Parts: sequence; C-alpha cells; structure tokens
Amino acid sequence: MGSVLEDVAGKRGIEKQIVLPWSKALQMTRENIFVRLGRSAITASGIFLGIAFLAAVLFSAAGQRVAAAVIERDFGQAQNPEEFQARIIWLAAMSLVVATVGIVNSMLMSVTERYKEIGTMKCLGALDTFIVRLFLLEAGLLGILGSALGAFVGAGITMLFFVGRVDGWGGILETWATTAVEIGGTGIPLWLCIIFGVMLGGILSVLASLYPAWRAAKMPPAAALRSEF
Amino acid sequence: MSVYEYIVRTKDLSKFYTLGGTEVRALDDVALDIRRGEYVSIMGPSGSGKSTLFNMIGGLDKPTKGTVFIDEVDMAQLTASELAFLRCRKIGYIFQTFNLIPVMTALENVTLPMVFAGLTTDDALDKGMQLLKTVGLGERYDHKPTELSGGQQQRVAIARAFANDPAIILADEPTGNLDLRTGKEIITLLKQMNEEKKVTVISATHDLKMIDVSDRVVWIRDGKIERIEDRKDIDLQVGQMEYEEE
Repeated sequence: MGSVLEDVAGKRGIEKQIVLPWSKALQMTRENIFVRLGRSAITASGIFLGIAFLAAVLFSAAGQRVAAAVIERDFGQAQNPEEFQARIIWLAAMSLVVATVGIVNSMLMSVTERYKEIGTMKCLGALDTFIVRLFLLEAGLLGILGSALGAFVGAGITMLFFVGRVDGWGGILETWATTAVEIGGTGIPLWLCIIFGVMLGGILSVLASLYPAWRAAKMPPAAALRSEF
Repeated sequence: MSVYEYIVRTKDLSKFYTLGGTEVRALDDVALDIRRGEYVSIMGPSGSGKSTLFNMIGGLDKPTKGTVFIDEVDMAQLTASELAFLRCRKIGYIFQTFNLIPVMTALENVTLPMVFAGLTTDDALDKGMQLLKTVGLGERYDHKPTELSGGQQQRVAIARAFANDPAIILADEPTGNLDLRTGKEIITLLKQMNEEKKVTVISATHDLKMIDVSDRVVWIRDGKIERIEDRKDIDLQVGQMEYEEE
C-alpha cells in the first residue's frame, strides 16, 4: 500500500488538487441566501436603503429642475435648484457610508453565526480562499440585488411624488429620460447614474465584506468548531 | 505480525493553554503509535485532553511542542494547501454535534468533499448516493439536516467522512449526542466500515460501548496516557462495564 501522504509530501502545487468551481460556489451562495432569507434581507437592507436614497436624490434633483421650469413658466419666478442639488448629493454620499458600515456589521454577524460551518468546511478540505470567495460572492449578490431593488423603489417613489406637482407623466418621464447629472463638469444621463448606483452598491457591499470574510477564513478549524450558537 | 505499519505517530505531543494566569496542560508529552487499519478508542473523562489530541492528530490545531506524523510525514511541515489536501482526501472527520452544513441536503453534504477533491458532478452524485445507501439513508438524500433525526444526521456525517476514501477516520465523541440504541448502531456502522474499507478509525470517546469494537483502548487522564490496553486483555471486563453513563 502506498504512503498516504506520498502525493502530499512529494510534490508541490497541491493547491490545484483542491478546487471549488465558481459554478458550485455560486450555487452554494444562492442556497445560503435563499435558505436564510430573513438574515439575507437584513444584510441587504442597508445597501437597499442607501441606494434607494441615492436614486431618490438624483431623481428629485431632476424633478426639481422640471418643477423650477414649470414655476418659472407659470409664475415668472426664476428658481435655482443647483445649490439644493449639491447639498443633497453630499447627503446621499453620507448615506452610502452609513450603509457600508451597516454591511460590515451584518456580515460580521453572519460570519460569527457560521463559525462552526466554516470550521466544518475546512475539515472537509476547504482552503481559506474558498471561504473568502463564498462570503464575497454572497455579499456581491446581496449588494446587487439590494441596490437594484433600492434604485427601483427610490426612483419610483420620487417619480410618484413629482408627478402630482408638475405636468403629469408625459413631460416628467421625458425629462427624466433625458436629464443628465453634472459630475465633474460632465453630464451623465440619469439612467446611467442608476446603473452606476447598482454597481456601486455591489462594489461597496463586497468591500465591506472583505474584513469579515478574511476573519472567517483565518480562523483555525479547531477554534471555529468550538464556537456554539 | 511482528512489525506493524504505523499510520499515526505522535512524539512529545503537548498543548498548553493559559487560563486566568495559570498554565493548563491539556496534553503533556503524549507518545502514541496507531497501526494502519486498527480501531482505536481514546477514552477518558471530559477535560482529560482527548479532544485536544483529536484536534492535533486531525491537523485542526497546532501543538505547543512535539510532532504528529501521519505516515512518517511531520504535519507541522505541511503548507496550508497541503494540509487542506490532507484533510480533504486522507482524513474523514466525525463530530459529536454532527456538523452538517444546515442549508444543504444530505446528498449535497456528502458530495461537498468530493467537489473540493475535483470530482465531476456526476461522479460525485453517484458516489454520494452509494455512500448514503451504505449508511442506510438512500431514501432520504434530499432531506436537510433539520429534517433528519440525530442518528440519521450522524449517518450522513459518516457517509461524508468516507467521501474521498480516507485512510483515517477521526471521530470525536460520535455517540455523545445520541441515545443508547442509536449510539450502538453508529458504533456498529463505524466498525463495519473499518472492516470493509480497511480504514483506521480513531475515536475520542467516553462511551464504554465503544470498547467492544476497539482493537486497542488508550486511556488518557490529565493530558497523559494512563495506559493502553489491547482488546484481548479487556474482554473479560467488558461484561462488567456495560452500564450506561448518564
């Protein structure tokens, strides 16, 4: 009988023999998100609210412009919505920071809850990178789902709010479809801003999970297995 | 018969913890040689160090001093990925609390180590089903751990431990959370796997039912080996010892 460890002791490059294909990782992440749906919803709610707020701010800035034009036309008063816009975008940025901190917190929680599971996975041969990959995938998916939903809800509510104040759907939809947000002197169409917002949500969520995921992966299996929840 | 092939050897194996300023010697200079294919029970009261020994042999924790050799290879010399390889392919772990992944079905739990080992999905599913049948759970492959009884969960865990045909099965109190009858069934199953697959079984336990199937029993107390007994020498005592703890 050959030595149990002949292939371990002899060759290097063993890491190639332990694998976690992306498709499998994605499947595991999906199961994790849907089986623990309540837990996932809480994790995603932070970024959902952040992006919803961002979308609302961008859309209402565009809405203000329409409203200002309407007021100017009907009452002959010139309005300056630009200052308001600058202030509120700063607010949106702050809300994203808060959302990010929220994600760090809830990912740390969900890592702590799963210490034992992580320890078990390591006993089954999982490399540290598998653990990191699973948590980052989960964060990325939750971030994108949460922020897509947030953008939709935030923009939707803002549009409903403005429809009552200006000329109704026709004009306002057209304005929003064509409005650009001034960022650094370049006009970026509103719809593109929303797509960026969703991507930003995903990216922030992944960034926020780097530390929790790393902490989970670095845990010695024995210590991870000892923890009881 | 004269020369044994040793699959696990420990030398001066020690693990010290500092608890509240005092040094606790969980393991103190343990030298233990385990033969290939034997069924060894590590017996001792809780806190005796048997779980620590389990963790050291399984590469789950690092010793304070001393060495563990698996097939003459010093475990401390292995890189992280070599260690992962060892855990994935060569050692199967069984725990007191079963430790199945709660979001996965029985079959997914059993096939996870095969995925890590690089088996194709089809091969893994075939082998997983076969293993579940071996442990008597062929019908329940699609159930999540919460839908299974303790004994059934432990059977899934045993099937998972055998996923990559390991040379060593490490079991930490495998019957600790099970009732008398289920515990006996699990012990019988482990013994059967030990005989059929020629796998070395090392079980940390304080379940005296385990003595009956063990080739050798290692008694451990206060981090030291108290005595090692061969099965043939304890046969006589087993009759008297068949009382149930707790």
